[in-house]
Amino acid sequence: MKILVCISKSPDTTSKIAFTEGNTKFDENGVQYIVNPYDEWYALVRGLELKEALGGTVTTITVGTAADDATIRKALAIGADNAVRVDAEATDAYQVASEIAAYAKDKGFDLVLTGKETINYNGSQVAGMIAEELELPFVSLATKLNVEGTTAKLDKEIVGGVETVEAQLPLVVSCAKGMAEQRIPNMRGIMAARTKPLEVVTPVGGEAMTSFVSFDLPPAKSAVKLIDPENMDELVELLHNEAKVL
Amino acid sequence: MSVLVYVNSNNGKIAKNAMEAVTYGKKIGNVTVVTNGGADAGALAELGAYGADKVLVDRAFEGTDPQQLTKLVVAAAENVGAETVIFSNDLVGKSVASRVSARMKAGLVAGATGVPAEDGTVKVNVFSGKAFGFVKVNTAKRVISLLPNSFQPENNGGTAAVEEFTSNSGEAGIKVLETKKPEGAIPLPEAELVVSAGRGLKGPENWGMVEELATELGAATACSRPVADIGWRPHHEHVGQTGVAIRPNLYIAAGISGAIQHLAGVNGSKVIVVINTDPEAPFFKAADYGVVGDAFEVLPRLTEAVKKFNASK
Ligand SMILES: Cc1cc2nc3c(=O)[nH]c(=O)nc-3n(C[C@H](O)[C@H](O)[C@H](O)COP(=O)(O)OP(=O)(O)OC[C@H]3O[C@@H](n4cnc5c(N)ncnc54)[C@H](O)[C@@H]3O)c2cc1C
Repeated sequence: MKILVCISKSPDTTSKIAFTEGNTKFDENGVQYIVNPYDEWYALVRGLELKEALGGTVTTITVGTAADDATIRKALAIGADNAVRVDAEATDAYQVASEIAAYAKDKGFDLVLTGKETINYNGSQVAGMIAEELELPFVSLATKLNVEGTTAKLDKEIVGGVETVEAQLPLVVSCAKGMAEQRIPNMRGIMAARTKPLEVVTPVGGEAMTSFVSFDLPPAKSAVKLIDPENMDELVELLHNEAKVL
Repeated sequence: MSVLVYVNSNNGKIAKNAMEAVTYGKKIGNVTVVTNGGADAGALAELGAYGADKVLVDRAFEGTDPQQLTKLVVAAAENVGAETVIFSNDLVGKSVASRVSARMKAGLVAGATGVPAEDGTVKVNVFSGKAFGFVKVNTAKRVISLLPNSFQPENNGGTAAVEEFTSNSGEAGIKVLETKKPEGAIPLPEAELVVSAGRGLKGPENWGMVEELATELGAATACSRPVADIGWRPHHEHVGQTGVAIRPNLYIAAGISGAIQHLAGVNGSKVIVVINTDPEAPFFKAADYGVVGDAFEVLPRLTEAVKKFNASK
């Protein structure tokens, strides 16, 4: 099994979200970057489990600059065999997807895994775009993935339930909660990661189709209205007449 | 301007978020809807009330296979010369919009919360609802996927012309083996009212009072991450940064502290009610209404109050 896992960095989940340069740029001041949790906890770890059960390799791929190397090393410390970095600033989902598709095209990967979305831009776009560029089937928001021979069996979220589906490899899968449990890298993994191959490849010139013009923060919430815990009739009355949600 | 809206009409049902997408499309231009499967032509014609002129329906295949739907939507977009293609950003929309965008070389605005401005930029949610961004599409055509429950459907009456359409969508790449839907439960991602609880409830045996309130309200149930992780509640109920993101009209949170990662999944809710024994719980800062009290007493009391309210309606 040859598995490719797409890894992106994202700001730590407790980061203060602010913008600079006239609200056109994310303020990176004091922000710590982590491996996007969906990529790490669900896609990467499930990839590793499949490799451990069935043999093969797990390669990570990231579109980014040298600034991404720390998060890539983290993925290697968790257990990926090798990493690829397409040497370009990530600008939008399509540019990232077309770079990854161009790299993966003739490498014979059986599975391409991504997290369900990044926690910064929340686009949930890259996996489907890779699948379309490679003309492969795509299962989105999978919560379970098993492989037997050349057939993958998956559970995926549907509205109000779960669907069990089957697809032939090669296949693109975006991974959601349930897929696997987070793995904390140990000292040996961290040491080994330092010498694992991180190949830097030249971009093919994938072009962005969208751009962010500006950002804004939501208006501050007005102060909470406290209700006497003895008086739930009042709460219902407010939800009905004031908030108009009942 | 010609606008194409994909509507999921499988099982003959058209969900509210599809009506939102059609109404949204009407704000941009002349709307054609594309769908597939066996839905009744009369039900499809009713989309005219939300602004569709025409509905193209491909009867040759059922289901929501992303590859088949991509071929269908691309063929329909060509057929009507659509410059804008619209999806609801639900579970199906997410899996198809990205493929259609790549195929048509049409930039994708994912998770739109408003109609395009004069200059063409579209407002989207970013940083898990902690901020929003304005996206510009740099291609001639564009795909917009609309965040469910961020735009009200408008029913102005009227019917749409329903036409059979052939898209030669080929075989499904994904074979559905089994579908499991818990009986009676209200699906969380689409729910307008949600009752949620966290570690403050102490154990799974205490969820009866959460479910009773939910039943009385007609709400879905949800939980915080540790509660799903220890197995008190099923994973699909976990809301937050690493679970499901929801935007109901009303979110009631009992015994949840309001950690930043939890808030990231619920801060799009229109109204938030927080029940917590600790007046310092961070969740109160994000709440519209707060009850400082013991969930074990407050929840049953609230259920009683809702019962009374329902009976008086
Ligand atoms: C990378 C990352 C991602 C995460 N993603 C998520 C996520 O997606 N979703 C999520 O929820 N969390 C997430 N978390 C965890 C998050 O940080 C919190 O730990 C978690 O939300 C806390 O859950 P809780 O509020 O149920 O429990 P606690 O923080 O233990 O809070 C329990 C609350 O119950 C109150 N309480 C106790 N007894 C009662 C009573 N009788 N009546 C009323 N109130 C009572 C207490 O005052 C307290 O406020 C994430 C963390 C990390 C690091």
